[in-house]
Amino acid sequence: MTDQIDVAIIGSGPSGLSAAIELKALGIARVVVLERDPEAGGIPRHCGHPPFGIREFKRVLTGPQYARKLVAMARLVGVEIRTSTTVVEARPDGKLLLATKDGVAEIAPRRVIYATGVRETPRSCRFITGPRPLGVVNTGALQSTIYLQDRTPFERPVIIGTELVSFSVIMTCRYAGIKPVAMIEANEGVTARWPTGLFPRIVGVPLHLGTRLSGILGNTSVTGVEVVDRAGNHRVIDCDGVILSGQFTPEVALARCGHLAVDAATKGPVVDQYGRCSDPCYFATGNVLRPVETAGWSWKEGRQTARWVAADLAGDLAPVGAEIEVVAADPVIRYVVPQRLSLAAGSAGMKHLQLRVTRRAKGTLVAMCGDQILWKMPLNARPERRILVPVRKFTAADKPIKIELKFIAE
Amino acid sequence: MMQDRRSSLSSTLFDVVVIGAGVVGCAMARRFTLEGARVALVEKACDILDGASKANSAILHTGFDAPVGSIELDCIRKGGEEYRQIHQDMRLPLDAAGAYVVAWNDAEVARLDTLLEQAHTNGISNATLVGQTFLRDNEPHLSDRALAAISVPGEALIDPWSAPYAYLKQALQNGAEVFLKCEVTGGGFAGGEWQLETSRGVLNCRQVINCAGLYGDYVDQAVLGQSDFLITPRKGQFLIFDKAAASLLQAIILPVPTARTKGVVVCRTIFGNLLVGPTADEQQSRHEASTDTVSLEGLMQAAIRMIPALADMPITATYAGLRPATEQKEYRIIPRPDRNWITVGGIRSTGLSAALGIAQHVFAQYQDWGAAHEPLPDPKVPQANILAEQGARAWRQGGQGDMICHCELVREAEIRQALTGPLAARSLAGLKRQTRVTMGRCQGFYCSARLTELTDGHFDIPLAKDIKHD
Ligand SMILES: Cc1cc2nc3c(=O)[nH]c(=O)nc-3n(C[C@H](O)[C@H](O)[C@H](O)COP(=O)(O)OP(=O)(O)OC[C@H]3O[C@@H](n4cnc5c(N)ncnc54)[C@H](O)[C@@H]3O)c2cc1C
Ligand SMILES: Cc1cc2nc3c(=O)[nH]c(=O)nc-3n(C[C@H](O)[C@H](O)[C@H](O)COP(=O)(O)OP(=O)(O)OC[C@H]3O[C@@H](n4cnc5c(N)ncnc54)[C@H](O)[C@@H]3O)c2cc1C
Repeated sequence: MTDQIDVAIIGSGPSGLSAAIELKALGIARVVVLERDPEAGGIPRHCGHPPFGIREFKRVLTGPQYARKLVAMARLVGVEIRTSTTVVEARPDGKLLLATKDGVAEIAPRRVIYATGVRETPRSCRFITGPRPLGVVNTGALQSTIYLQDRTPFERPVIIGTELVSFSVIMTCRYAGIKPVAMIEANEGVTARWPTGLFPRIVGVPLHLGTRLSGILGNTSVTGVEVVDRAGNHRVIDCDGVILSGQFTPEVALARCGHLAVDAATKGPVVDQYGRCSDPCYFATGNVLRPVETAGWSWKEGRQTARWVAADLAGDLAPVGAEIEVVAADPVIRYVVPQRLSLAAGSAGMKHLQLRVTRRAKGTLVAMCGDQILWKMPLNARPERRILVPVRKFTAADKPIKIELKFIAE
Repeated sequence: MMQDRRSSLSSTLFDVVVIGAGVVGCAMARRFTLEGARVALVEKACDILDGASKANSAILHTGFDAPVGSIELDCIRKGGEEYRQIHQDMRLPLDAAGAYVVAWNDAEVARLDTLLEQAHTNGISNATLVGQTFLRDNEPHLSDRALAAISVPGEALIDPWSAPYAYLKQALQNGAEVFLKCEVTGGGFAGGEWQLETSRGVLNCRQVINCAGLYGDYVDQAVLGQSDFLITPRKGQFLIFDKAAASLLQAIILPVPTARTKGVVVCRTIFGNLLVGPTADEQQSRHEASTDTVSLEGLMQAAIRMIPALADMPITATYAGLRPATEQKEYRIIPRPDRNWITVGGIRSTGLSAALGIAQHVFAQYQDWGAAHEPLPDPKVPQANILAEQGARAWRQGGQGDMICHCELVREAEIRQALTGPLAARSLAGLKRQTRVTMGRCQGFYCSARLTELTDGHFDIPLAKDIKHD
């Protein structure tokens, strides 16, 4: 084994591990995964429920089973996984400052892949009114407390949100014998896809649609939440905890405090269709690219990214040059990723741009360059659902233009 | 005096009992201990710094805008001086950021001259007037709307918790005692001695110093039967921006102060974040420091007006603190020589800066009454935990165990240490103040689970309970 690390991957979740495994398959000699937790596997480690692994292994696994399987595969093919290793600084040209149990160290791999995933936004970002008692947690904290520690912070919580992960919350609570007293959603419909929406009723958790959390009560521990309905009526729901589920955001501290460009819309690093960041030594993959996708999707992205990184190491990737800039220029369009399209790459790299909308949107998606309409397509979308637009629709341009995505309602 | 041994908390006859372990009480306990007095500090909460001192802007003020000739000014000046003398030995941080008191409109520009004059009168001779070009050159991220400013190079940033912890640790290492979860409820004075009634039993002492902060008037009422002032808590809410925002600002940006408040500040924190706040709203509750959506959004707008680049920065934390405000701006330091009692109340907006100075001031008062102690010839000097972002923190060293809090880079050994000793954290809030754990951008998303394990058996209210599987 040479000293030179070819590729260092920050994060050992599904995307980081799949990238690492694929890099080894492509003949890359030294692939190192850096994971700050004592164990590798990422978020699935504490998702004690199915379904994981359908895309990858054609089997239905729980999160921990899935994570263990990925880790074992990676080790088997010769990926070096360094746990309890935090990347504290990511510097120009791929230089990384690591903190381990032995102190700090620097490494200078030839390429770095960011695979640091997403987390949920905490209470602070949501500007929720009230005192700050114990027992207000995100799903991530709840699941790791329950599945990894066999403990629970409360017994009768209220669940805020109806994203897919909010239903994982219900399963997690059932596993721990916790009885959620209500599930609250500000919008008129459940965010997650039907028929998941039926689920809370089936298991007996009252679902309150069109209801907003307006405050948390209790000074040391939670004693209740105040909610307000469509008509503006306030009422208090007694509970001993609050689960703030969903509202994901990329875990992108390293980039934000370092030199990489961060996109204001995805809140992840700015990338081109290879997942290449503003410093071309760095690539990004998996959920750090955008909130939020499934483990399977992130795994697939990791594998693709590995191919582009391997090509880059071999000198086969189109160099950074003239780029098309794609921006979400409409309040309805929440983000678009990638944000840059290398003209030299054309339709190599990612086949699709990924979009999300901020609200239920039925109408036309329009790509504009200045006043000119480049193309349009019908759009019928809901928040938190994947929208894919073929990259080739954009790369027809032969100049480094700026394309603005807009929405025209029906 | 007769002593009820059964209910007595300690057999010692203390020279001084300090009521309240806020920053003022901690500094008081240290000063009296160093001067040779036998000191007990009593605090009703399970962790120290649970009142007004739990949340502030953490600025070491110079006193440039304090009322001319006030006790407050004198204490701020002396306190700042002493902090600067001791901070290196005690390993306490000091970020000499300096401040600009910025005028955002013509009316404020017009008030700068008077303010500068006041600064000079107050002894801050290096305060100067600076213009728009200077501001732009030195703080390029500040909005163009900043018209002019007074530069106050002496304003600095410190750690709001390490400092009082270090003061109290020094007192304890040199013989003082601390009683936590110990609320003073009443007492009697006879024959030159106090019998203080507390929730844990009686304490005997010669002298009492009431540093009960937000409850200063209550304590005077309960024990003396009278109070010369009424506390009306004045709440201040804050927004903390992501660490990435800290690079947007070098100095502390202060507004032109009004009679009521020092106004909304923008500054870095010693922990490497960027802080905006506080608001100022009166309320009745003395313990409920809640935030509200409207105020936080208002702060957000104010922040973006001052530093437009903040529009793209995520929020890390929000919090609120309560100032122990009274009818007057001036501190309410009330000596009662006939009853061996000194009330140190109404330390509203500058207590962190002034605490060491207040302690000097009160000790001088006490000495005037004829108390004689031998100052400790060679007192022990404790070293504070290094929590400042720029300090030589534990995460850089080996042998400190796992990284528990990934956002604030807190190691397992730091947490274990904070859970031991006479000031062991008994609540998450206390643990935060001693280690920074969960105070970062994820607010516990990643580390809550490990914390339930590490803190098991240590907290009065546990973070989690074992699951009962059927
Ligand atoms: C609470 C929660 C529940 C979820 N539930 C599901 C579900 O049930 N099903 C599903 O399909 N998807 C779920 N997801 C989505 C989840 O993001 C994906 O399943 C998948 O884990 C994404 O993989 P990833 O590799 O992008 O990131 P992650 O799995 O998040 O892995 C990122 C890894 O990077 C590490 N890391 C981050 N920063 C550093 C650093 N500076 N140094 C070293 N290591 C670092 C982290 O410790 C982590 O292990 C959930 C997400 C969350 C937050
Ligand atoms: C929003 C805000 C911003 C501020 N910014 C700054 C700043 O930048 N710089 C600065 O210098 N100052 C600042 N301050 C001011 C500073 O925080 C206060 O002046 C200081 O904390 C007051 O401390 P204290 O010890 O007097 O009171 P407290 O901290 O309230 O301490 C009193 C203690 O007494 C205890 N107690 C009460 N009753 C009893 C009883 N009966 N028995 C036993 N114990 C009792 C309480 O539990 C408490 O711990 C700010 C304050 C606020 C609120």
